[in-house]
Amino acid sequence: MLKKNEHRSLVVQLLIMAVAMFGFGFLLVPLYDVFCEITGFGGRTNAVAAVVEEAPDLTREIRVEFVTTVNEYAQFEFAADADSMTVSPGKMYYATFTAKNLAAVQKVAQAVPSVAPVSAAEHFTKIECFCFTSQEFMANEERAMPLQFIVNPDLPDYVDTITLQYTFFDTAPVAANLEN
Amino acid sequence: MNTAAIDIPHHDDHGPAKGIGRWLFSTNHKDIGTMYLIFSLTMFFIGGLMAMVIRSELAIPGLQFVHPEFFNQMTTMHALIMVFGAIMPAFVGLANWMIPLQIGAPDMALPRMNNWSFWILPVAFGILLSTLFMPGGSPAGGWTMYPPLVLQTGDAFPFLIFSVHLMGLSSIMGAINIIVTVINMRAPDMTLLKMPMFVWTWLITAYLLIAVMPVLAGAVTMLLTDQFFDTSFFLAAGGGDPVMFQHIFWFFGHPEVYIMILPAFGVVSEIIPTFSRKKLFGHDSMVYAASCIAFLSFIVWAHHMFTVGMPLTGQLFFMFATMLIAVPTGVKIFNWVATMWRGAMTFETPMLFSLAFVFLFTIGGFSGLMLAVAPADVQYHDTYFVVAHFHYVLVPGSVFAIMAGAYYWLPKWTGHMYNETLAKVHFWASTIFVNITFFPMHFLGLAGMPRRIPDYSTQFADFNTVASIGAIGFGLSQLLFVWVLLTAKKGAKASDRVWEGAHGLEWTVPSPAPYHTFETPPKARIANEAFE
Repeated sequence: MLKKNEHRSLVVQLLIMAVAMFGFGFLLVPLYDVFCEITGFGGRTNAVAAVVEEAPDLTREIRVEFVTTVNEYAQFEFAADADSMTVSPGKMYYATFTAKNLAAVQKVAQAVPSVAPVSAAEHFTKIECFCFTSQEFMANEERAMPLQFIVNPDLPDYVDTITLQYTFFDTAPVAANLEN
Repeated sequence: MNTAAIDIPHHDDHGPAKGIGRWLFSTNHKDIGTMYLIFSLTMFFIGGLMAMVIRSELAIPGLQFVHPEFFNQMTTMHALIMVFGAIMPAFVGLANWMIPLQIGAPDMALPRMNNWSFWILPVAFGILLSTLFMPGGSPAGGWTMYPPLVLQTGDAFPFLIFSVHLMGLSSIMGAINIIVTVINMRAPDMTLLKMPMFVWTWLITAYLLIAVMPVLAGAVTMLLTDQFFDTSFFLAAGGGDPVMFQHIFWFFGHPEVYIMILPAFGVVSEIIPTFSRKKLFGHDSMVYAASCIAFLSFIVWAHHMFTVGMPLTGQLFFMFATMLIAVPTGVKIFNWVATMWRGAMTFETPMLFSLAFVFLFTIGGFSGLMLAVAPADVQYHDTYFVVAHFHYVLVPGSVFAIMAGAYYWLPKWTGHMYNETLAKVHFWASTIFVNITFFPMHFLGLAGMPRRIPDYSTQFADFNTVASIGAIGFGLSQLLFVWVLLTAKKGAKASDRVWEGAHGLEWTVPSPAPYHTFETPPKARIANEAFE
């Protein structure tokens, strides 16, 4: 049988294992991000402007639907100017959204996009989007916000409708909002 | 086998300390094991009372006794207490008592840490239970603590997080202790593959604990910083994703369910050979099967999340990987049945509980297979079918195995035979009522009754009434268990071997097991004989 302090190396190894697994839990955060960006998991689309040059495929028609949601703690109105549009893959399109700050104070908002179905997410490319940065609104300010996008021609054949959904958040922390 | 020659308590001058100090500062594995078991039984009754509140409310449609908010607190607290307070500490208690006795070690490797890992638990659960009296009440968002809902918990929120931290700390320390004991302190000649199955399953469980409890600690830490320190791990507004919490939680959560069942496999693998008077069939294949289950538990977590949205390939992977677990589990069930084949079987209470375990755990396993089918899971998800499934694997699964182990080793702990007649009444009452409680829940779930609701539509009424009657019967039956424990010292003196067919080093020490055992390691010959 081993003497007491001869347990030390095994104990140290096991402690290192426990600490490493604690770290691994946090490592899952960036790993999850990378995973989502590669696979479009969670309806993730590009978060920064992208340039796409493709030959348009005018024989195909895809319906793009816009869905808007305002987070319960955000005092905003937010809607797409048109509920949907018909697009051809490979061609660039514009859409506008309108948001209004309902509060009598300055607010900073952020729109978070999500694309369904998941298999379409990586083929929906935003060239310019108000969702790339946070948006500052003066008290009661209302303004139009542009979106410029392209649907890649390599979109799978079985997809004929893409839903782009935005949730509009007030970027002040939820906790602070709860207290208001 | 002549046991007296091996371990006469030749050190009477160094018995247990007197008074409360014996328990507060104890470093003795038997004392700490006893404290774990008593703590676990206490939590079993507190969690059980909450279950009674839940079932009373659900006995008939409409709101009867409690407010919906309080009902949600009860479901959340019932789960947290039963998982972390009743089942896990019960197995740690059995491990503390039996592992040193089974491997011929004088004590656990790190006795002082052992004391800490126990005494953290009452503190953790004191904190958790105190939330019942806080403004806003206890956590009510479910034991899975999904954001953003859990972030709406009132003052209880940080207390929930810290109590989970403490439970994790206690489990990790316990696991380190068990691994070091098993690896470093086995009797001479006891190679790894000669170890009893209970020791083996606990060794694997301890590694699982070290691998996943820190991940849970990380996940709840992220919740804490999201709430108080402006991070946005799970807040979409800041670029986070609430679904990520579910991935991290179930990366912990799935191995956790095996943490709660592998030691149960171990206990049953000790008991069935004893009362079949045969060696365990396929000991080594049992070890490989348990290791396989442990490995697979790390790659199946997303089967808890089929409905949150996942690419088709992901659904297929998690579906097939989950179904694969049925293979090593099937090996285990086969081996238990094969052990009984042509054995000279007798049906004392530990054996009865083990047989019920094999049969009823398999029912839970089958409903698990049904849930693993991704397209079908869309209908079952978040219904009473899931409730029926996990209660079948946890109550007649883990809890029955703990009861079986308690009856099996009780004469070794107390030195007296318990009241076998009452114990058998306890068994039959528990088995009948557990089925009356949980079997109708399968039908409720398939008919579409959602879980975690205080009221329901009238077509679910009759089966709910049946389940509630069963639950109250099951709860009352457990009072018999307490009575058997309280009168455990009144029975006839137990022999050292206790059970005719028992093998293993724990049966070579006197009954009751003296305060100190195996101060000198058992001789290899005796150890070998114990395993034949």
